[in-house]
Amino acid sequence: MSAPVLDPTVVGPRATTARPRIPMTRLVDVEFRKLVDTRSSRWLLAAVPLLTLVVVTGVTLWGSDEEVTFGMHTTTNMMPMELLLPLVAVLSVAGEWSQRSALTTFALVPRRGRVLSAKAAALLVATLAATATVLALSAIGTVVAAQVRGIGTVWDLPLELALRLALANVVAVAFGFLVGVAIRSTAPAMVAYLAFMFVVPILSSMVAGMWSWWAENGPWIDLSWSTAFVTAPEITGEQWAQVGTSTLIWIVVPLALATRRVLRTEIR
Amino acid sequence: MIRIDSLTKRYGTFAAVDDVSFTAFPGRVTGFLGPNGAGKSTTLRALTGLATPTAGRATVLGHRYQDLPNPGLDVGVLLDASALHGGRTGRETLVLSQRTMGLPPIRVDEMLDLVGLTWAEGKRRVRDYSLGMRQRLGIATALMGDPKVLVLDEPANGLDPAGIRWMRDLLRGFADDGGTVLLSSHLLSEIEMIADDIIMIGRGRIVASGATHELLAGVGTLVRSDDGTLLVDALTSAGFQATRRPDGAVATDADLETAGQVAFRAGLPVTELRSADGHGLEDMFLELTAPDQREEAPSRRTSLPNGVAA
Repeated sequence: MSAPVLDPTVVGPRATTARPRIPMTRLVDVEFRKLVDTRSSRWLLAAVPLLTLVVVTGVTLWGSDEEVTFGMHTTTNMMPMELLLPLVAVLSVAGEWSQRSALTTFALVPRRGRVLSAKAAALLVATLAATATVLALSAIGTVVAAQVRGIGTVWDLPLELALRLALANVVAVAFGFLVGVAIRSTAPAMVAYLAFMFVVPILSSMVAGMWSWWAENGPWIDLSWSTAFVTAPEITGEQWAQVGTSTLIWIVVPLALATRRVLRTEIR
Repeated sequence: MIRIDSLTKRYGTFAAVDDVSFTAFPGRVTGFLGPNGAGKSTTLRALTGLATPTAGRATVLGHRYQDLPNPGLDVGVLLDASALHGGRTGRETLVLSQRTMGLPPIRVDEMLDLVGLTWAEGKRRVRDYSLGMRQRLGIATALMGDPKVLVLDEPANGLDPAGIRWMRDLLRGFADDGGTVLLSSHLLSEIEMIADDIIMIGRGRIVASGATHELLAGVGTLVRSDDGTLLVDALTSAGFQATRRPDGAVATDADLETAGQVAFRAGLPVTELRSADGHGLEDMFLELTAPDQREEAPSRRTSLPNGVAA
């Protein structure tokens, strides 16, 4: 037999583009599953309620009477989550590159933007679920503390503040997501995230001590500074604006640039 | 069917893939052969939408890969068996693909069976898999969507002889059922055994292509002259096929006498004229590989027979 010569009219392209596109819900389901199907991400996620439980117990037993109201409880209890959940976000994106599973992921879904959107959606769901869990644990802590101490339960968490706490968590996770998309390598991305969490606020307050302009205008730029307003009992219109500008600088613009890069870069 | 059309991929000024064109036909196993770094993987990444070509086009079943709505159902892809998340179990790795493609869960167990991974092995983390097991898992992912086309980069790496035999039978069966298989390898012996057609690539360019048995038969004549390009021109305008091999010699389907006469009429002094032997493909492949070992290059030049300036 000689080299194959096929009549193009016989071997025409099959109508494969007529298939239904992979629906977004399925991609979100898969990305959500990826959040919990490895040991590292499962432990990170499990650590949120576990650490919260430790904090709840501690505050319930040893906190002052003012600290065991529902509002105070909740605000304190959000801390483990605000630290850990963004790491889940970092892992969910950077892990695809560090473990090189991106090769399979993007071969099955070549529209990379859809994969990133699905990851973001899965993380949003996880964040809101974790926030609800922390609220529930805080409620239990409030009731138990009141019973143990023989004081009245104080339900002092207005809905508006509860929503703001949830928003602060979403912003923190969005930042973790950005770091993952931008750095795409697990270890450096985690270091970058932790450095931002711990080093930037310290530097910022040092600069504020020496430079009055920064002390006055820092929150317009410093995200860690402005997000502290979000979880405060009261927030002003100007502070909302500062949350907006710093989020734009630290999350929206870099995320747009990093996403553009991911859409174009070669997956190896 | 896979069609690669004048595909070029540059990194800066370096062309990893340089104007490559070929077709992989249904019902046939097409072997993509070349030394490491020849541009095989880059071509396959451009084909599967993981890299954007600098120029040219690659289509699968008549479409750009990125335009396929659910590519896993049309094209099975395995580009690197080590590129699996080590923290997931083998089974979980398959479940993610099964869910992405929207297939029934039973496909996961069917695929584990098909590639010969036991239930217990499926429960183990991929981190603890041997390369051979990873290859099997990768094949399972590629075959899960019951595709018409398979694209496999070095699928025999890490497989034991029995595994290679298994892979060969599997791909043979796939092609015999009308599927298109494109697989790459840097081992000629591997490709020889399984491929119906061979595309040989070296330093980003295709250096030989055709049906395996024809390439291996080495029928025809080898003729060498100072100016290989002119010789190729002369032979082609005389109505023969002629290709310049990397060492400067020209392989042609003209017989010995005719090849000599054509060169003579073109005024080209012939420095070597003989029948191409059966090892033509292997020679070509070895010559392709040798210049990549740069430290050897100078000694090669001095050891060339006198008067044969390449």
